[in-house]
Amino acid sequence: MRHTEVAVVGGGPAGLSAAIEAASAGARVTLVDEHQRPGGQLFKQIHKFFGSKEHRAGVRGIDIGTQLLQQVEASGVQVMLDSVVWGIFDERVLGVIHEGRNLLLKAEKVILATGATENALAFPGWTLSGVMGAGAIQTLVNVQRVLPGKRILMVGSGNVGLIVSYQLLQAGAEVVGIVEAAPNVGGYGVHASKVRRQGVPIWTSTTVKEALGAEKVERAVLVTLDDKWQPIAGTEREIKVDVICLSCGLSPLAELARIAGCEFQYLPALGGHVPLHDHDMQTSVKGLYLAGDVAGIEEASTAMEEGRLAGVAVAESLGYLSAAEARGKKEAINRRLDELREGPFGCARREAKEQLCGSMAGWRY
Amino acid sequence: MALLKEGCLDLEELKELPGVPSGHRLAAGPVAVIECAQEIPCNPCEALCPHGAITVGQPITRLPVLDEDKCIGCGLCIAGCPGQAIFVVDETHAEGRATVQLPYEFLPLPEKGEVVNGLNRAGEEVCEAVVLRIQNPRKYDRTPVITVEVPTDCAMEVRSLSLRRD
Repeated sequence: MRHTEVAVVGGGPAGLSAAIEAASAGARVTLVDEHQRPGGQLFKQIHKFFGSKEHRAGVRGIDIGTQLLQQVEASGVQVMLDSVVWGIFDERVLGVIHEGRNLLLKAEKVILATGATENALAFPGWTLSGVMGAGAIQTLVNVQRVLPGKRILMVGSGNVGLIVSYQLLQAGAEVVGIVEAAPNVGGYGVHASKVRRQGVPIWTSTTVKEALGAEKVERAVLVTLDDKWQPIAGTEREIKVDVICLSCGLSPLAELARIAGCEFQYLPALGGHVPLHDHDMQTSVKGLYLAGDVAGIEEASTAMEEGRLAGVAVAESLGYLSAAEARGKKEAINRRLDELREGPFGCARREAKEQLCGSMAGWRY
Repeated sequence: MALLKEGCLDLEELKELPGVPSGHRLAAGPVAVIECAQEIPCNPCEALCPHGAITVGQPITRLPVLDEDKCIGCGLCIAGCPGQAIFVVDETHAEGRATVQLPYEFLPLPEKGEVVNGLNRAGEEVCEAVVLRIQNPRKYDRTPVITVEVPTDCAMEVRSLSLRRD
């Protein structure tokens, strides 16, 4: 069995930030990631991020990813790539398949930064070739530089759907339209405006009823929804498309927390079932921490701050930071987190987070 | 609200925004038009302005407020807005002709002197536009800023362009 002080599961923005923070304080950190290169979704994010200068606003996600990888290297984090964590046992022992071989990794503290999984949308024809998730399309287009099709229908107008639509346009595809089942556009108005001014229509109160095609998607049937989200008969219309991109929200990828016995709470504002955690990002299982989308769906900027928070808390509990040092760092991080959770888009998440932490008040291990 | 329903602002919504200059200021020369209508956590524009003409303040979700007397229309804020919501309009360019500076992250880029379609916020072709300038310095970080000349009555309409090449 291998040993480490801190095991971070997942090398996306949250995991990288957690690893950097804990290792910079002096902890021995092992970052485990299933891919050939860490970075999670950051290297697909070719657009400029929001926030303030402290959140690296105005910098493209891909460039933030490069900076984080340099910091990971400089801080002495041991990075285990091609490593899938398939289980978590008592006393923080992780089952890992590393380069095809099974091994056990025991850690004093574990930070789960496993991210999110995409929500699917089932409709007749959804198994046809050409119906794809937005994450896969973003990987194809922005990382592999392959266009999955020429005429794309986007399903969902949250920030992911809007951003991926814009990136498809940049890659030279035609986005024939964006359907949104809700009566209003889900994501930021500025993201919507960027695709609208390139001529992409957004059809609100509309969904995809069916995908048609012999062996792959050739057409999509759209239908208008009433105020109770029910299809209105007679409003069906067909459009010619070769790709239907699903962007219907994300859910925390929390199986490992479930296996470890964490308590959960159902909070729609955070994407569904979320493991309880306190202000230090520690779950109801002692020594097991969270950061990023697994702790509730938010943005990459928030994920990085939560990662730092978990990294500081872990370093403090291992004795690498004094209480006063840790308090100062946490206060700064929490101030930045609060900034990101302000406003009409952030306040529901902020309230849900408070509810999560509130459920942990007085928790005894 | 058109922004919520359609995904783009209409002229009525635009007038209400604290980042949009008055008609009187627009008529006086180049000025930034900040089409930022939702309280999202974002404030790079504030630091980008060398003239102190943009204020977001705290919390950073506040809408950017343009001081139209301080703004000289230099355009340094355009490429740094992560939402690509800032444009610079000059209605004094020439008799009946205005210029619009807009962010444009598509390839191929238009060329100087090229005649392109001026697109409004809904992507509709509203006029012919002539490309006057393409700025793409390193500090704009791969967000080129294109200056197009358009009829003055289209200056508050044109927010993107499409090429007329085959």
